[in-house]
Amino acid sequence: MNHDGLGTTRLGPALFATAALLLCCPPTASAMHISEGILPAPWAGLWFALSVPFLIWGLRDLRVRSEKEPMFKSLVGLVGAAVFVISCMPIPVPTAGTCSHPCGTGMAAILIGPSLTVVITSIALLLQALFLAHGGLTTLGADIVSMGVAGAFVGYGVFRLATALGVPRWPAAFLAGLLSDWATYAVTSFELASALHGSASVGHTFVAVAILFCPTQIPLGILEGLITAAACRFIETRRPGLIASLKQPGGGAA
Amino acid sequence: MKKTVIVGTLILLLGAAGFAATGPDKKWAGVDETVVEKFATEAGHPPRPPLINPGEGDLLLFVFLVAGTVGGFIAGYCYRGLFPPKNKAPDKHSHV
Repeated sequence: MNHDGLGTTRLGPALFATAALLLCCPPTASAMHISEGILPAPWAGLWFALSVPFLIWGLRDLRVRSEKEPMFKSLVGLVGAAVFVISCMPIPVPTAGTCSHPCGTGMAAILIGPSLTVVITSIALLLQALFLAHGGLTTLGADIVSMGVAGAFVGYGVFRLATALGVPRWPAAFLAGLLSDWATYAVTSFELASALHGSASVGHTFVAVAILFCPTQIPLGILEGLITAAACRFIETRRPGLIASLKQPGGGAA
Repeated sequence: MKKTVIVGTLILLLGAAGFAATGPDKKWAGVDETVVEKFATEAGHPPRPPLINPGEGDLLLFVFLVAGTVGGFIAGYCYRGLFPPKNKAPDKHSHV
């Protein structure tokens, strides 16, 4: 296999992520993304501030790991494109009569680690906000925390814990995808409840919003678990040992 | 693997069937509209128009076409390197 060409394709992953997602995504999408203007400015600023350390951590990991293996950037680009597509792909849910989308962050965290998943999620969310009016620019920090940070770290943690407990990779990947999806929507519920609870308690409002998500996200979470398990299975089939070899500082699979 | 594909396909088919059965007059709104925006509007913080207008008419179509052409080429190039055909073993010196 010729690695030289791939290793020197510096712009490839970024261009691929941008282009493939723009091609595949509809102009309007249906998501957990918090739209422009929904969060008051102090809350929007707080979520931005919370997301920054994770972004710095992820960018540092990208530099360190791509110095060791130039092709790693290609893998990050490919996973980033997958997250972009998955996170703006509306899927109708007959049980609820609404549409929603999986997030892809559980799968990404298994493959490239949670900190880098935050980075690629941020890029995907930024492109969606800029070109698809899918989520807002002022609410970008809140969306990064819910989808990037919560989804990635919950998915990664569940996968590592399950495999450490002896669960085979397939079911472990399923659980990672399932719980990362639900964690994303739980954090979105908390973000909305904490900023907009009014005279009601935050806890009461959080439960109320989370319950509204349930009819759509319970089946969607199961679908995301299946997608994550299928993706891991595919990679194990085509590149045996790839997931195991990705155990690197700052993240990677077990 | 086969079971996963079958179950996933069934879920998608069920979704598509439900979508088709309701007819074009039914609106399958996203949860951003039915949950997030509805809750925010009731709380007095309705969504605002996007800060940057993504474009109207055929402009978006043009952008999608150019981006898809470039992205598809690069995706195929990267994919072939990361997941080579089964009869070609990956480079022993590469961890990725």
